[in-house]
Amino acid sequence: MATQEVKMRVWRGDAKGGAFREYRVPAGEGMVVLDVIHAIQATHASDLAVRWNCKAGKCGSCSAEINGKPRLMCMTRMDLFRPGETITVAPMKTFPIIRDLVTDVSFNFERAKRIPAFKPKAKEPDGTRRMVQEDIDRVQEFHKCIECFLCQNVCHVIRDHEENKKYFAGPRFFVRLAALEMHPLDTNDRLELTKEMAGLGFCNITKCCTEVCPEHIKITDNAIIPLKERVVDEFYDPLARLLRKIGGK
Amino acid sequence: MAAENQYETHEYDVVVIGAGGAGLRAAIEASAQGVKTALVCKSLLGKAHTVMAEGGIAAALGNVYPEDNWKVHFRDTMRGGKLLNNWRMAQIHAQEAPARVLELEEWGALFDRTKNGLILQRDFGGHRYARLAHVGDRTGLEMIRTLQNHAVHQGIDVYMECNVQRLLKDGERICGAFGYWRESGKFILFKCKAIVLATGGGGKAWKITSNSWEYTGDGITVALDAGADLIDVEMVQFHPTGMVWPPSVRGILVTEGVRGDGGTLKNSEGKRFMFNYIPEFFRAETAETEQEADAWYEDKKNRRTPDLLPRDEVARAINAEVKAGRGTPHGGVFLDIASRRPADYIKRRLPSMYHQFKELANVDITTEPMEVGPTCHYFMGGVRVDADTTATTVPGLFAAGEVAAGLHGANRLGGNSLSDLVVFGRRAGLYAAEYAKNFTGSLTVNMDEVEATAQQLVAPFDGKGGENPYAIHADLQDCMQTQVGIIRTEKELKQALDKLATFKQRLTQVSVEGNRQYNPGWHLALDLYSMLEVSEAVTLAAIERKESRGGHTRDDYPQTDPKFAKVNVVVRKRQGELRISQEPLPEMPEELRKLVEEQK
Repeated sequence: MATQEVKMRVWRGDAKGGAFREYRVPAGEGMVVLDVIHAIQATHASDLAVRWNCKAGKCGSCSAEINGKPRLMCMTRMDLFRPGETITVAPMKTFPIIRDLVTDVSFNFERAKRIPAFKPKAKEPDGTRRMVQEDIDRVQEFHKCIECFLCQNVCHVIRDHEENKKYFAGPRFFVRLAALEMHPLDTNDRLELTKEMAGLGFCNITKCCTEVCPEHIKITDNAIIPLKERVVDEFYDPLARLLRKIGGK
Repeated sequence: MAAENQYETHEYDVVVIGAGGAGLRAAIEASAQGVKTALVCKSLLGKAHTVMAEGGIAAALGNVYPEDNWKVHFRDTMRGGKLLNNWRMAQIHAQEAPARVLELEEWGALFDRTKNGLILQRDFGGHRYARLAHVGDRTGLEMIRTLQNHAVHQGIDVYMECNVQRLLKDGERICGAFGYWRESGKFILFKCKAIVLATGGGGKAWKITSNSWEYTGDGITVALDAGADLIDVEMVQFHPTGMVWPPSVRGILVTEGVRGDGGTLKNSEGKRFMFNYIPEFFRAETAETEQEADAWYEDKKNRRTPDLLPRDEVARAINAEVKAGRGTPHGGVFLDIASRRPADYIKRRLPSMYHQFKELANVDITTEPMEVGPTCHYFMGGVRVDADTTATTVPGLFAAGEVAAGLHGANRLGGNSLSDLVVFGRRAGLYAAEYAKNFTGSLTVNMDEVEATAQQLVAPFDGKGGENPYAIHADLQDCMQTQVGIIRTEKELKQALDKLATFKQRLTQVSVEGNRQYNPGWHLALDLYSMLEVSEAVTLAAIERKESRGGHTRDDYPQTDPKFAKVNVVVRKRQGELRISQEPLPEMPEELRKLVEEQK
């Protein structure tokens, strides 16, 4: 393994166009795709554009499509592939290309601004905030999101339909909305927004987002479906709405 | 003479550079004070180094041990820092950390809970009581996301993937900053009254490091170039537990929480070797037997396990075990939690460690030990600041977080970094805003200076020397790793200085290909300037401190020297040269000195 070579086809280009280019670098034990990209930069193409930070699956910067599958480059080991296989690395398709593997993900940061802030209820009489671990487990699952935007990338509502971006926040923000909605301390009501501006109804629960989540968040089952149920209760079931208002969230 | 409108130009009261915990908290505070605030960061928002912090945020909340209070936290911090700390910073930090943690909760953070529903706290090295508020082993992510989500509603303008290269002054005062957009390569000029540096450290100059590409010491360098003082830069923390295998992941952090939650270090003979490395300074408070050490986890009346001695002690011990031939096959030691805690407990407490080892090293940490070794992690030293206001020695320039120095002295305790970020980030924002409000004079940017800087920044495109920036970087990392590493000698440090001079020479011959749009080779060529300057500052300071203390170990001066206990090593740039001096530490008040000297 140590003396072998790896072959990689990397998309090079910018908004005007581009093409795959093949590179060969020496293989190393335990190498991940990002290591190969770095080796290509150091020896073949110093201007190969790529985003990365932590190199440990914690920051969500190095998202790409590897052999057509959305993945983090830092967590994709080269021994996942057959020896000698040419690996193809392309930028995320859903976002406009800036250069090479770097895309313009500003859509996500704009969307984030539109989500009303966390608004906590009053403190306990003794001035503390008490929450039971069991009540926050499900929200902590959502807080694991590293904002790699792979779920956004794979979601067919926006992947193949640029025009839907205006009406659809995407799985990342359904996770965020669910995290706020289920936060034991939050008092803000975002269901109207979830239904209208965020376009929850567009999602037809094909679970593509869940499949690509590197943090293994059950986006569809634990975030999107409960949100859909709450929207239904809120807007189409007055009794459930009343009960929920009385009993808290 | 360049026309002013040649560059994209923005005006602010306060510009915060860096968007990790300290920068975000500073920007939130400055904005809350009603001044026009910008936040400038090299990566996308939420990707800064804070996101990688694992174990927790230290604050004497007293939720798990009511005996805990700021005085104990202060004492632990000072002793962990081998008393080189700025006592006033350590006091402010210990006093204000609990309020800052509770504030994060007000902004939506969800820390793990005690049975009573309060914030749970975990054991960490050098802390007498379980003190770290945490979320499994991804506390930094919770913190940065909470601050980020809060900040986007505060009317702060955020400049992402924007790299500041120079601070601008009008006379002695800060009047702006100049840099480039990574995406387009175009220049950008900020005119402002005050700047907060929150740019982190410079660990990317070492080969085995837990630091990301961003850690190039650029904040330290722009401050130095602007005339600010640095202190304690010889104090570089090597975290004892980084991954060692496979080679591609070498240096990636393994949280101290593994030991905090019951994991123990063993050598190739299966011995818990830390019992052989208890220094005199910590003997009275450290367990001497395995039974006592294990009992400490349950009852703090027992003395603390030596596995959780401060990081400098543990890193040196691991280094010594490996040198003595008792290392693992890949040159580390074993970190074993598998034989000590049940699998479901490990997965619940340390999910990202489980994931990281499983995916990157094919190791199941619930059934087998990890292999770990020291990795360059943190700069205790950096820009000298006023303890209360975070003001540097340059009017209008403030600094908080890792880029600032003083709080941690010669060695930082785990968990004290995240609390540092929010305690002093808030203060930096507050006092920078106050400074900006109180300043009524006029400031003028010298456009000739800006134009000259712009020309320097694009020079690598015209370089005909053919030097590859990646090759210079790799050689620099080798040099700092082997000659300015955990164990240092004058001879090697001087060799390093010679090499740094040749790297500087090579940097003048650097050539980059392609154009200015998102060009990592060009960016690295520019980053090398700061990495080299910081490396030189560290090496010079390391030569100056002829003793061993905290993160600075000299093989030729293995003892601590009382003379050096009373001084900071100061680095300044004057007439283009780095100058070294020793200056007295601030004197600690008597009542605090008593706290620190208390045994056990």
